[in-house]
This record gives sequence, structure tokens and C-alpha cells, in this order.
Amino acid sequence: MKFKTLLSRIVPFLGLIFVVLISVIAIRIQDSTGEDLSNFLSVDNLKIILIQTVVVGIAALGMTMVIISGGIDLSVGSQVALATVVFAITINGGAVSPGDTEAPSGGDVAMAISVAIVVCAACGWINGFLSASLKIVPFIVTLGTMQIFRGFAKWLAGGEAVRTPTNSAQNFMDYDGMLGIGVGFYVLMVSILAVGIMLNYTVMGRYIYAIGSSENTARLCGINVERRSVAIYMLCGMLTGLSGVMQYAFLGSGNPTIGVGLELHIIAAVVIGGGSLSGGEGSAVGTFIGALIMSILGSTCTMLGAETFVQEIIIGSIVIIAVGIDRLRHRAIN
Amino acid sequence: MSQSILRLRNICKNFGPVRALRGVDLEIYPGEVHALIGENGAGKSTLMKVLSGAHQANEGRIDLQGRRYHPTCPQDGRDAAVAMIYQELTLAPHLTVEQNIMLGAEPTRFGFIRRQTTKIKEVLSLLGHDSLSPDAMVGSLSIGTQQLIEIGRAIISDAKIIIMDEPTSSLSTEDTQALFRVISQLRDRGIAIIYISHFLEEVQEISDRYTVLRDGETVETGLIGDVSIPQIIRMMVGRSLDEMYPRIEHQMGDVAMSCRRVRGTNLPVDASFDLREGEIFGIFGLVGSGRTELLRCLFGLDVWSGGTIELSSGHRLSRTSWSPRRALDAGLDLLSEDRKTEGLAQQMNVAVNTTLSALAKQSRGGWINLTREQKIADRWAARLGTKCHSTLDAISTLSGGNQQKVAIARLMNHDSSILLLDEPTRGIDVGSKAEIYQLIQQLAASGKSIVIVSSYLPELQGVCDSLAVMYRGRLSETKVVELWLKDDVMAYATTGQSDSADA
Repeated sequence: MKFKTLLSRIVPFLGLIFVVLISVIAIRIQDSTGEDLSNFLSVDNLKIILIQTVVVGIAALGMTMVIISGGIDLSVGSQVALATVVFAITINGGAVSPGDTEAPSGGDVAMAISVAIVVCAACGWINGFLSASLKIVPFIVTLGTMQIFRGFAKWLAGGEAVRTPTNSAQNFMDYDGMLGIGVGFYVLMVSILAVGIMLNYTVMGRYIYAIGSSENTARLCGINVERRSVAIYMLCGMLTGLSGVMQYAFLGSGNPTIGVGLELHIIAAVVIGGGSLSGGEGSAVGTFIGALIMSILGSTCTMLGAETFVQEIIIGSIVIIAVGIDRLRHRAIN
Repeated sequence: MSQSILRLRNICKNFGPVRALRGVDLEIYPGEVHALIGENGAGKSTLMKVLSGAHQANEGRIDLQGRRYHPTCPQDGRDAAVAMIYQELTLAPHLTVEQNIMLGAEPTRFGFIRRQTTKIKEVLSLLGHDSLSPDAMVGSLSIGTQQLIEIGRAIISDAKIIIMDEPTSSLSTEDTQALFRVISQLRDRGIAIIYISHFLEEVQEISDRYTVLRDGETVETGLIGDVSIPQIIRMMVGRSLDEMYPRIEHQMGDVAMSCRRVRGTNLPVDASFDLREGEIFGIFGLVGSGRTELLRCLFGLDVWSGGTIELSSGHRLSRTSWSPRRALDAGLDLLSEDRKTEGLAQQMNVAVNTTLSALAKQSRGGWINLTREQKIADRWAARLGTKCHSTLDAISTLSGGNQQKVAIARLMNHDSSILLLDEPTRGIDVGSKAEIYQLIQQLAASGKSIVIVSSYLPELQGVCDSLAVMYRGRLSETKVVELWLKDDVMAYATTGQSDSADA
């Protein structure tokens, strides 16, 4: 029995090693001088890959909780866009264009981060409340709110990107910096730790698994499923808001049209990492590895000079392969 | 009788270490109704799956119409004219009667489906439903009619053997009689019918011969006219009733819960009873009579729309804010009849399922003490004799009886004083049943008040102190169990009246 739990833990790791090996071999074949390969394996490239994992990774941690509880949130891409806009507007002191006042202080940045997180938490509350109280399946609810939040972001931004004065948040996603790598990376690491600990060692985490594994059982055991679901979507929203701040750092401005289709990458990261869309399964570390696998593939494709459509085909295939392997593993256990 | 159409010799089937079948012999003749009898878990379903090709036997030999028969998939069964009618209907509710009967065997011309109206009408008249239109939507028909349509599918496929698994479990008395008429007609046409049921009266009425299975083995076979129901029960259970239903002395105290005219949205309609401390109170009723709904109302899972519930513990119960959480806090707990989708989270492990309703016992400030949790789970597993490698095993790897022990362990771990048990022994083997009856007695002896709902009267008579019967959402008066005559119970359960001559 121990062996089986161990097996399920290490499958995502094996996938990661496999993807790295494939990348190394592909690059080696493409370039016999070995120069590209040493670039790929360089510390600098590793940092690029890690930083590029941050936006999807943080949001995917929120999505992990939702998916474990048996739900889904399609609106996260729009929430990320909304967060960048809200962040930018807050930095501008409420205006869609930067005033020519003094540069924003650290306090202003902290304020803007909080506002972005609170707004996305509110988005999560709306998702959770609609699906729990009106008993509409979350797929439909978030399909609707995906459009609503996107429209709202565009309305707030006046239809175009919100420029901002230079501020410290724009350095969050640097490939270098005082800490060796942008703050975004550390935020991701802390989020993984926090979500991982919550899922495994707290009552809330236990309830998330229980609700996803069997909602009826959870109800029978006195768990207030509706209230917990709302909380789960809010937690997801908060992490998505944080992810939106990182997206802003990447762009340097608030962009209401960013992150279209991002929700699919986020869901893919969870699924590659062992999350099951029927609920009850998934882990924080697995999701991180899922996100990492996708950015490694992206980096490899760029190095090979492959066009984006190749990348899309590969990532799509990886999702199907990951789930296929997962099914086989389940069959082996049963 | 003539040559047998189906003959099984020493069929064995293992699932990993579990020996589901360990030597089954069965012989079926054309034009007979053969009852296959056994407790839940005796191997009836596995045997039928072997016959229909869904499982393959590890050992043994099957001969069908004199030829070796070795089905490897359900299609083989169908090709060999063996039709299986499962307990859960396999009809598509959005298709018509004709489309359902022909499903998978549609005759076509140039790729277009040819209507078979005359043939369908013939089948429907054989089923006693001449007036039913082949174009009627199946979803709009009653369960009884749907069951007949499923049989229609078997007839149209020219089945020589029809296997029916508990066909009457969700049928009304009239539908059951209609079904029996159809079965007799099929028998007259030379079709062999294997009839699986544990309603022994029905078995006596409809079948010609019987075979009893126990723990995966054939125990006895013969003509149904040669045996009495008590004899069959003895064969099924393999032990005497005293061994099956142990009694432990328990004292009854004051009234612990008092329900007056409790009503739900549809069911129950009107239920009143008093439950004493240390009392085991049984509620008998047929499927759909509202007994499960009554328990769910009391526990806050279904809407409780009228009447009063009073607890001696002094908890004020408010109808509008009644929920499982409040019920648990007030000292009630419910064992669900549906282990698979409600009673237990199948993919989660034994420890989690044991402690889920009382996490406060091993958590502080929202943090769970995993070591403590496992200790608690291990203790309950040892106390109830739950067989599992470790309490970290997923529930789905346990047998039905052991799963039920985990569900009961959760109730005992939460330690409510009033336990509502809905079909506590459904789908588990004889040995586990006896253990659970013993456990219920121990719980009562320790002062718990227990309500047991069941559709198996002998079990209630064996275990309970007092009994009431439910009919269409109305609960009869409560009487000491010895004062209930079996005929009165059945009369009330089926008609709502129990006024026999002496009452």
C-alpha cells in the first residue's frame, strides 16, 4: 500500500525528468555543436523557465483547490486580466492614465496588491455563491463569469491598456535581482508551501478533499458544503489575484485583453500534476511540476526555433498523455 | 425433464486474494424458472457476471446447449442467446419504446433504420401491454413498465436463457404480478429463466426449482415444492437464528427523542414515535414507503417541513435551521443506506472516513494531528475487527462488510447518543451481518438509542425491542416487537391497514 501512494507521488516527478531528457536530446540532435544545449542547461535559462512558471503556477495552485473539491473555474484568465487592470488603476490613484505626481511608494504597491487580491476574491465569491446557492454547475457559472469579468476589466480600463509610472512591482518578475531572481519566484514557492500545508494538515484541506471525493458523504458528516465551496472559490480568486499582480509585473501595465485562454493552461497544469477533474485528487507540488513541465517545453520549443503552433500541439498532447497515464495507473491500482 | 440447456461445473472465480466463487454447480433446463437464492455477498451477482461474459471464471466448465461455452465479453453472452436483466435498468430514457427494444440490433436498409412496428407490437402484447405505443418515450413510463421493456429486448434478441437479477426489488405488488404473468408465458415458450431474488415468498410463487448459494458455493438444489421457507433460510444463512441474532440484556431508560407528526416535502407524511434510552426501535417499510426519508428528515439531510422533534438532551430543534451539523451537535447520527455514494468517500482512506464527522477530536485551531487521527482509526479498526492492511487503504479496496464497519466506526467515534441506522446490513456477507447485529446490541446496552430501518423483517424481529411500520409516508403505532404478527406487518406495509380479525 505504501508503495502505491509512493508511486502516485512520484509519477509527476518522473514526467518532469522525462520532459527534461526529451528536451536535452531534441536540442542535442538539432545542434551538434552543443552550444544550444549548454544554453538550455545554464543557470540563466533555468531562471527564465522558473520565472515563466510563476503566473500559471500561482493561479494553478488556486485552481488545484477548486479541482480537488470537484469544481472548475474557467474565469481565472479573465480574473488575471482584471487584476492587472485593478492593480494599475490603484497605482495611478484611481485613474486610467498615470498622473504626473511623484513615483508610487512601497506602500502604494502594497495597497495595489491588496486591492487586486480583494477584487479577485470577490470574483471567487461570485463564482462560489452562484454555483452553491443557485445549484448551477460551476462549469456554466464560470463560463458566464469568464465573459463578465473580462467585460468588466475592459470597461474599467476604458478599452485599452492602463499605463503606469515606474514602480517596484515591475521588478517582481526580473530574471535577476538582489535575491538572485525576481520576487515572483519566491511568492510562488511560498504559495506552494502554504497550499500544500493547508491541503494536508488542516481541517479546511481535509474538507476540500472530502467534498471532491464525495459531496454526499461530506454533507452526511456535517460539513457545510455550500459555505466551504464559496470559501474555496474565494481562496482560488485570491491566488489568481496574486498571479495577476505577477502578470502585471511582466507587462508593466494593466491589460484587459491579456490572459485569453490562460485558464486552459492553468487547468492543464493541475491535470498534468495529477489533479482529477472528477474531484478528490491533486496536490500542490504536483501542480507546480505540471506548470514547470509546460514552461520547459515552451523554452525548448523556442530554442529549437519551433513556431508557437508546434508548442500548442505538444502541450495539448502532453495533457492527454498525462491523463492517459493517470488512468492507467488507476487501473493498475484497482 | 429433457436435456439441460445450461450446465455449470465447479466454477471458481477469484478477485485477487478474495475467493468470490469457490465451486458452483448449476443446471438449468429449458422451460423452467430456476431460482438462484443466497444472501447478499453469497456470489449470485458474480456468478451471473461470469455467465453473461462480464467476468471470466478461473476454474470450472460451462456447457450451453451441449457445447462448451466460454464467454469473454458481454457480446459473447448475447450471441449465445443469454440475456441479462440487471437490477438497475439499462434503458435510455430519451428514446422511444421501439428504439430501446431494438437498441444495438437495429435492422437497416441502405444505412437507414427499418421500423419494426409489427414485431414490436407482438412483443408488447406478449408483455401484456397491447395498448402501449412503440413511440412512447421510455422516460415517461412507470418503473414496472420499463422493466417489461427490458424483458422485451431479451425476447426480440431470441434469448434462450433470461437472467433476472432482483427484478421485483423496486416494483409495486401489481407490477410484480404482471411480471410473473410474463415470466409464466416465457416459460411456456420454452425459455429458461434464472430468477435471482431474496424475497422467498416470491420465489416460492414463481419458480420451479431452486439452487442455494452460500459463500460462493452451491449448498443445495432441488424442487421448490419440496422445501419450506425456514428450510431455505437455514440453507442460506448456514447457522441458526440464535447465532444470527445474538441478544444482549439492555435496560431502557427515559424517552430520549420524541417525534410528533413529522412531515417532509413529499415523504414522510405523518410520523410519530417515542424513542427511549437504550431502546432498539425498528421501522419496517417497503422501498419507497418513506422510511429512509424519515431518517433523513430527522438528521437534517432532507427538508423537515412540519411536526415537532424533541430531544431529552434539551436541545431546541428549529425546523428552519436544521442541518446535519446541528443534528450531530445535538447528539444524532445517521448511517446511510448508500455506502457507495453517500455513506463513505470511496477514494479516501479508512482513517479519514472514520474521523470525518468528528475532526475536532484530533485537531486544534484548524490543524489536524495526523498521528492522533491514525491512532484513533487504528483503535476503531481493531475494536470492530475491520479487515484492512492498514487504515491508510482506500475504502474502495475493502469488502462491503468491512466498509460498513468503517461507517459504523465513524458513528461510534462521533459518539452521538441517538443512532439512525438505514439498512445497516445491506449488501454485506452473513458473517459481517451477525457481527453488526451484535454491535447494535452492545451499543444499546451502553445506553444508546437506536432506530433501524429495514425492508427485511426477520432482521428487525431478531434485533429490535419495538417496531413500527411505514406505509406511504405514514408510520403506524409502535408496538413491542413480539406483539407484531408477521401478517399484520405485511398488511400494514402494503395497504396501510393492520386490522386483522383479532385487533
